[in-house]
Amino acid sequence: MSAMVDVTFTLNGHTTSLAVAVHDSALTTLRDRLDHAGAKLACGEGECGACTIIVDDISVNACLMPAPDLDGRIVRTVEGLWEGDGLSKVQDAFVRHGAVQCGFCTPGMVMQATHLLEQQPEMSDAEVRRGLEGNTCRCTGYSKIVAAVMEVSRDAATKTAEAAE
Amino acid sequence: MDPIEKKEIVGSRVTKLDAPEKVAGRVRYVNDMTLPRMLYAKVLRTDRVHANILSIDTSKAKALPGVHAVITAADTPKFGIGVLKDNPPLKGDKVRCIRDEIAAVAADTEEICDAALRLIEVEYEDLPTVFETVDALAEGAPVIHEDRPDNIAMLHEFKAGDLEAGEAQAVHIFEDEYDVHYVTHCNMGASCCLADVDTDGRVTLYSQTQYPFIMKMDIAPSLGIHPGDLRIIQPPVGGAFGAKLDVYPNEPICVLLAMETRRPVKLLYSREEEFIVSPTRQPVEFKIRSGMTAEGKLTFRDVDSRLNNGGYTSWGATTPYVSMRTGTSHYKVDNVSYRARAVYTNNPFAGSFRGYGNVQATWALETHMDQMAEIVDQDPVAFRLLNSNEQGDVTPQGAKLNNIDLKGCITTAAEESDFLKKWQANLGQWDSPERFKRGIGIASSLHNAGGAKIHKSDGCGTMLKMDDYGRVTVITGASEIGQGIDTVIAQIMSEELGIPMRDVTLVMNDTATGPWDVGVHASRTTYIAGKSAQRAARKAREQILAAASRQSNVSPDELDLRGGHVVQMKDGEPVMPLDRLLRQMHFAGEDAELVMVSDYYEPPSEPEDENRYGDMSASYSHAAHVAEVVVDTMTGEVKVEQIWSAQDVGKVVNPVGLEGQIEGGIAVGIGYALSEELQLKDGIVQNPFFRDYHVMTAPEMPPIHMTWLETNDEEGPLGAKGAAELPTIVIAPAIGNAVYNATGVRFNHPPLTPEKIARGIWERKQQMRAAAE
Ligand code: FES
Ligand code: FES
Repeated sequence: MSAMVDVTFTLNGHTTSLAVAVHDSALTTLRDRLDHAGAKLACGEGECGACTIIVDDISVNACLMPAPDLDGRIVRTVEGLWEGDGLSKVQDAFVRHGAVQCGFCTPGMVMQATHLLEQQPEMSDAEVRRGLEGNTCRCTGYSKIVAAVMEVSRDAATKTAEAAE
Repeated sequence: MDPIEKKEIVGSRVTKLDAPEKVAGRVRYVNDMTLPRMLYAKVLRTDRVHANILSIDTSKAKALPGVHAVITAADTPKFGIGVLKDNPPLKGDKVRCIRDEIAAVAADTEEICDAALRLIEVEYEDLPTVFETVDALAEGAPVIHEDRPDNIAMLHEFKAGDLEAGEAQAVHIFEDEYDVHYVTHCNMGASCCLADVDTDGRVTLYSQTQYPFIMKMDIAPSLGIHPGDLRIIQPPVGGAFGAKLDVYPNEPICVLLAMETRRPVKLLYSREEEFIVSPTRQPVEFKIRSGMTAEGKLTFRDVDSRLNNGGYTSWGATTPYVSMRTGTSHYKVDNVSYRARAVYTNNPFAGSFRGYGNVQATWALETHMDQMAEIVDQDPVAFRLLNSNEQGDVTPQGAKLNNIDLKGCITTAAEESDFLKKWQANLGQWDSPERFKRGIGIASSLHNAGGAKIHKSDGCGTMLKMDDYGRVTVITGASEIGQGIDTVIAQIMSEELGIPMRDVTLVMNDTATGPWDVGVHASRTTYIAGKSAQRAARKAREQILAAASRQSNVSPDELDLRGGHVVQMKDGEPVMPLDRLLRQMHFAGEDAELVMVSDYYEPPSEPEDENRYGDMSASYSHAAHVAEVVVDTMTGEVKVEQIWSAQDVGKVVNPVGLEGQIEGGIAVGIGYALSEELQLKDGIVQNPFFRDYHVMTAPEMPPIHMTWLETNDEEGPLGAKGAAELPTIVIAPAIGNAVYNATGVRFNHPPLTPEKIARGIWERKQQMRAAAE
């Protein structure tokens, strides 16, 4: 039996405490222990972004993050985005633009897009694409995903412009 | 109440039905599922590619605490799976390729499974190996399957017209070879299944399969049970793309472990395992020899191909069902011969993959066509148009090309991209010292767009019921795997019954509830499941309007269903709310009726006969792609700058879904052309990781300009055709031809990696220098 450590962190706004094995990843902890299966296991090697979550405002491949490192963090997963008044702007744009086919990459994409927009609300097409480079999608060819993120980004730009007037 | 106008739902931009649940992270894929008291399973594979198994000792593994079962061939029925049933789920006597399964473990955790696998001892006796098809066909080659001493797993042959006469008519004869490589699906959700056996021995299999109904028949013998005792449920999958059209060993192994342990068992592959184990796209070595008149009219085409079948026979060996059509029938040529031999080797084996054999055949043929055009000094567009098929053609194999527009596709793609001007300008730069060179290329292909009758039926069933509130439940045999048939069916219901899409509930992906369907493949689902759904909806509509007519004394022909109401056809004047009518029908005492209808649609296609003649699909379509690239002649890197796609799609049901299929299909095709390759050395996969197997990323995808040629398919539901495979099929040779236009170097063997291109350019320079001296 491997060593266990206690971790306490905020998961989508709720304080969560549990004991995790030192060799566990944040991803298995979320999925198998906390019933948050939104983040997907697609490679387990940090190569595809399907497991993307936001930890203290940084987007992270949960499959590479050691579970003990969760301690003291503020963790957001896709499940946390729509609690409140329905889907988030990014989620809603994904739906309307047809950015979802099989949907396996989608939670990771949505989290990465959310993170990108939080960091830099106004982005160019090239910036969005670069920001999504670590997230693989085998179904969509990315156009619609990029279009969805760009729409949210444009809305932000319009708001900034309005505020300036 | 105001009149209600007819709403056009089919053809309008609607969002995918399950997208909100998917973006919310609420969808549970098989990979995410657990069942109470569930065990985990893992498989022990061989580390040899060809060897006799002398002994397997599982005693230490069985003794490990937490292990509930260890099974080998000795404990399981002796029935093979796969197209030729030559692949026993667990191998007892011999291994033939690297993915071969020796034993399987079910345990409390995956870690215990891993520990148990390490305790299994296997003794082998190595056998001579063979990896190339030529070597496997040679006299005295190692025999892979004793019952096929010549190593030929499958032979496909077709001849039409008179090859000799075609040769005699030819002024130019040209021959070349094209080898296409191993690629793999890279489904984001790795292979996974979950099996549960009840107290009476009935099995529920949660599977990623694309063909649940036929799968029951295919898998049952390897389990020793009756197909009727199997229920297959298809939870959402993370991609499939053809990878799940056969029974592969993981599923019988998972069920056998569940039977053995009497507990639910889940078997999930790691990404590395997925790369090694899942079936590949069929690699093919083509030789094409063809002739034409002085004007460039094709007079004959002779195609010979060898398929590296690997150790076992899955759908890869059958890809000539489609590649042969392209080889014999794409462009008009009367005298044709086609031969394909699937040859056993000790390589991994191939299955089906989006585009089936047509990605391979189109690469070869469209590269060849470009070469032919050059011989008669014609541009690639004119040469293709000169030889194009036309509306009403019947191909040498009997495919009836009705409602097609190949010339329209080629012309549109060329015009939209300003092809000729760019193409001509690029030719002059081959020898210039410029480092970055532009190129433009075109390709086209033909594909089935209305299924493929390779089974006794190519049909699909639908059951439909309406409740007292005007809501519809549709139970369809169709499989939803992310492609969007759920949405297409809801659109059709909405259109036919005049209700919002939101009021349609779909029940699908379960053999216990769904009526029979062949499965999701061959660009058939919108066409066939869509048609069946439409026919069911029309039956329901008829029943409703008959009842409405009795109540309103208006003839049913003068009534319509719109906005949740029965209305007057001519002016939309509401007659009565639909839900009230349904309740009146329901609660009518002795005359009570519920709206419950069913339909089974069998498309008017026919299986090919033993001479490979037959109109196998209910519809066909074409696409032409133009790719514009920039080649860095120093590094050999190719950047695809823009793509123009013109596709004959029939009537468009959902533009959003269609765009998504084309964009996604093209991304897979670009990977095929430029970056993806499953590298093998002595039968062993060298790059089983995403970091070494490069699928397209967001920054690498170019803008795609689409034009749809909306031919009206008379048979398809509301004129629609299948469309999702052509985008993957056509783009790769367009890129290859563009690289030639940029550099003057022909690459017959994809992928066009930077190393290959840089070397090719260097070699050309050497040749030019030598010629100049
Ligand atoms: S699953 Fe974490 S990056 Fe692929
Ligand atoms: S939608 Fe299927 S992998 Fe992205």
